[in-house]
Amino acid sequence: MNESHKKIVEMIPHGSSVLDLGCGEGELLYHLINEKGVKGQGIEINEKHIYKCVEKGLDVFHDDLDNGLVDYNDASFDFVIMNEALQEVRFPEKVLNEALRVGKSVIVGFPNFAHLSARLELFFCGRAPVTPALPHQWYDTPNLHFLSVKDFKDYCKTKKITIVKEAYLPDAIYTRLFPNLFSEKAIIIICKKHNT
Amino acid sequence: MKTQSEIGIVETKYFTFAEGEDKITLSSGEKFGPITVAYETYGELNEDKSNAILILHALSGDAHAAGYHKGSKKPGWWHKMIGSGRAFDTDKYFVICSNVLGGCKGTTGPISLNPETKEPYGLSFPIITIRDMVKVQNRLISHLGIKKLLCVAGGSMGGMQALQWMVSYPNKIESAIVIASTLKHSAQQIAFNEVGRQAVMADPYWKGGYYYGGHIPAKGLAVARMLGHITYMSEKSMEEKFGRQRKSPTTPFRFTADFEVENYLHYKGDRFVERFDANSYLYITKAIDLFDLTSCSKPIHEIFSKLTAKVLVIAFKSDWLYPVHQSKEIAKACKMAGLQTTFCEIDSDYGHDAFLLEIDEESHLISHFLEKVYKDVENRH
Repeated sequence: MNESHKKIVEMIPHGSSVLDLGCGEGELLYHLINEKGVKGQGIEINEKHIYKCVEKGLDVFHDDLDNGLVDYNDASFDFVIMNEALQEVRFPEKVLNEALRVGKSVIVGFPNFAHLSARLELFFCGRAPVTPALPHQWYDTPNLHFLSVKDFKDYCKTKKITIVKEAYLPDAIYTRLFPNLFSEKAIIIICKKHNT
Repeated sequence: MKTQSEIGIVETKYFTFAEGEDKITLSSGEKFGPITVAYETYGELNEDKSNAILILHALSGDAHAAGYHKGSKKPGWWHKMIGSGRAFDTDKYFVICSNVLGGCKGTTGPISLNPETKEPYGLSFPIITIRDMVKVQNRLISHLGIKKLLCVAGGSMGGMQALQWMVSYPNKIESAIVIASTLKHSAQQIAFNEVGRQAVMADPYWKGGYYYGGHIPAKGLAVARMLGHITYMSEKSMEEKFGRQRKSPTTPFRFTADFEVENYLHYKGDRFVERFDANSYLYITKAIDLFDLTSCSKPIHEIFSKLTAKVLVIAFKSDWLYPVHQSKEIAKACKMAGLQTTFCEIDSDYGHDAFLLEIDEESHLISHFLEKVYKDVENRH
């Protein structure tokens, strides 16, 4: 299990209902079902990935997230997960709003574009960064949007979205203290209403 | 991967019911009987009768889904999907397929003898619906001693029957596989069927449906089938298969089959006439046209919410007869009903025919889906 999956599995209570947006080959869902007994389903755009999900016995819907989640009722899942999906969809705000409508909480995982190595590469080499968390060349990347930890938190503030919990990778004191500078990846739980 | 082996020689079996006063009530309200059902089975029914799968055929299909009839080299219509190690694995599952009510391959239909008149029914055969077909299948399943089917599965009209099973007998199925199908027949789909029916009825040999014992309306039925085959293929698959190839560039121009594509359609039409009854074609296409689960008293997702079944919905990108959005609507209704649903759109160029041709992709999805369904059933027991 990769680090971000491990973090997300830790975050989700036993028996929750989960919708995984852009669930890929379904590894995360598989772990959540087996280790946390969640009631889970996924949406995925890639046909080959659907086959892998079905192999794992998962319920998965072949669709484009940009088409929205119109058929899901408000607050019909305890958690909607968008791990490595927000930066890949065409209309991230629309998808995020839909996720916040359908999920009581939303877990967003994204690569931090302001990570030190990305900054150094951009500053010293004058090139769009290619780092372990952002391994793609500009001409061949699934990432349509680039955001930093700060960008995301600012966005939440502007839109009155509550941040419930944050985790940063790699998991260390320096990423917790300066996530926007040192974290390669952010995993943030958000929700629409204030959580006490 | 497990090695595969095909089904060998099989024999069609028959079950007769609704005899005497015990008639069944059709959707039209008419009482009808007796009914004989032709069916085949593959694999063995397990002790607790929990491994039975009912395969549902499309418009021109029949009970012969797999294996070979004695003396024939032609396998059943879904032969590659059924057998040891195949999608419907006969080492694990007991697979049943029956000919639909109104059919002409052993189950009671317009070509069958009316016991009261000792003549074929012809157009005195009652109007039937997909619901009636499923009602008959339910009687067969009870006759075989099966209380709950592990799965009902079919493509096209077979998918409609699977959906009808979900509505009519929600407690009798553990899962449903619906391939290239729809919740309701659309105006375009009805239109194609109507042209086919008009072709049959325009044939002077059709004689108001009472042609049995004489010439059959072969030309009309062949034309209907030709039209059907155009709708089953995609533009791309037709272009790749035939292009502008000619049968013989030297033949003088006589409005005969000139291009390969014409030749193919003629061939398909002529072969179809040998094996299918024109009146059955009228009755079954009408049953398909009447199919509409969205006109029930309640929204379909509310009706589906009575189910606990798992559902697998499969569509094909190039299918323009049963377009992807129709399958998506099925899957969405299932999901809104809270059912465990998987939807996959297979990237195929074969058009509607893909459900008979995309064996590898379908097998992968179906075998794993069934494995999960069966495991959950076994865990419950």
